[in-house]
Amino acid sequence: MATFVFLYFAAVIVMAASLVVIVRNPIYSALSLLVMFFHVAGLYVTLHAEFLAAIQIIVYAGAILVLYLFVVMLLNVKQEESFNRQGPVALFLGVVLLTEAVLLTVSRGFTVGTPAPGREGAAVGNTESIGELLYSTYLFPFEIASLILLVAMIGAVILSKKGIMESQ
Amino acid sequence: MFDTSIKLALTLSQIGAVMGVVLLTVAILTLLERKVLSWMQDRMGPMEVGPYGVLQPVADGLKLFFKEDIIPAGANKIMFSLAPILVLVPALIGFAVIPFGPNWTIDVMGVEFKPFVISDINIGVLYILAFASIGAYGVILGGWASNSKYSLLGGLRSAAQLISYELNVGLAIVGVLLLAGSLSLVEITEAQAGGFWNWFAFDPLPFPQFIAFVIFLIASVAETNRLPFDLPEAESELVAGFFTEYSGMRFAFFFMAEYANMILVSCMSTVLFFGGWHAPLPFLQAPGMFAWVTGIFWFTAKVYFFLFLFFWIRATLPRLRYDQLMRFGWKVLLPIALGNIVVTSVLAYFFPN
Repeated sequence: MATFVFLYFAAVIVMAASLVVIVRNPIYSALSLLVMFFHVAGLYVTLHAEFLAAIQIIVYAGAILVLYLFVVMLLNVKQEESFNRQGPVALFLGVVLLTEAVLLTVSRGFTVGTPAPGREGAAVGNTESIGELLYSTYLFPFEIASLILLVAMIGAVILSKKGIMESQ
Repeated sequence: MFDTSIKLALTLSQIGAVMGVVLLTVAILTLLERKVLSWMQDRMGPMEVGPYGVLQPVADGLKLFFKEDIIPAGANKIMFSLAPILVLVPALIGFAVIPFGPNWTIDVMGVEFKPFVISDINIGVLYILAFASIGAYGVILGGWASNSKYSLLGGLRSAAQLISYELNVGLAIVGVLLLAGSLSLVEITEAQAGGFWNWFAFDPLPFPQFIAFVIFLIASVAETNRLPFDLPEAESELVAGFFTEYSGMRFAFFFMAEYANMILVSCMSTVLFFGGWHAPLPFLQAPGMFAWVTGIFWFTAKVYFFLFLFFWIRATLPRLRYDQLMRFGWKVLLPIALGNIVVTSVLAYFFPN
């Protein structure tokens, strides 16, 4: 049953992710991305990571993708305006990545490494355990991430204020 | 196998009951809104269908059901049909985690069953926020797929508005989560037991969340596209905004979603800030077996109070301008919400319950 559910989610994720790139209409691509986010969230739920699943939907589907749609509609991109000149570059990179993937798969065989043991049986819910880990074991990466976000925020403010500051 | 089928039957009947009550409330609200607005404006409101117009929702429903379903020329048919569903489903799906009565567990033929909440998941608040943010897609896509300037403008306005005010809803709730120490709506309600001085909106120690409640209320009025934040459907500017081109049942879906969202938001205010099913004074709560009667009564009364507040605000305030909306959301509400989080967490550290 679990394998069946996983296969369904995995198949839809791969299909939707390919559609994001293949489909010509940018609105359709954004929607296939939405379908993909939902199925990734579903995968998290099957792994008992409900918190991650909810955050996945709130952050990616609820905020970032809405902004994408907003921009796509605001620019009113036509279907024909695709980036045709990138063909050779894309082909080259695609071939390299495909070769890499094939080589890695062949050299390691099809066995999957055993996943790290989860904290099953622990009385705390996964919201609590994520919070605990984030503020103890992974405090340093967490702080670095927040610093990077702060820099990005300041950068955005400066970029948007550039014209105003020059005119004064 | 037998257990599973009993569990399935119980849950399905529970979902059916909750959806039935919600949709019935939507029907009542369409009438109530027109009546309340009329009384506030010294009019009678609908009076023709049935005594005092009480059968108006039935007439409205029949009318919408038999209207011609028009898809405008040049519209994107798939998206045009998908948009109303994408709006209505997230609005209804949120009710799955709302506890509307005491947290009892009864045993039905060896299956544990909670009669007053469909599903008590430990991330209830996040679940509702996640699906509330999905509702934006229906609005944006409906506006885009209609192939009409007014619809597109309404959709774009709604995208910007929802992103800006979603943040405030989320941040306003954080204070409550700090005090309750849980994301489950059942546990949040249980943390507010015993009298109105224990409700998070008034609880004097560590810090009353009344400011957070006001921010939550303002931001959720904006999230539900109600006046004074109804810019996505401003009828004096955009005809009807994102649903200008919709007719018949598809229009009814948008309409129902708006009211269902209002009910959901009122339920959330009740549960998060006003004690959910708990009575305002301890002696108003029936003991023992009959606690569920008073529980459901108080829950309903509080929800209807907030719904009335929605109508009241609509009858009182004029619509904001677009730049005022953005400035208010980002420069007024957001700093206050952040300040509330800082004050609450500092005080919660010094005065742990």
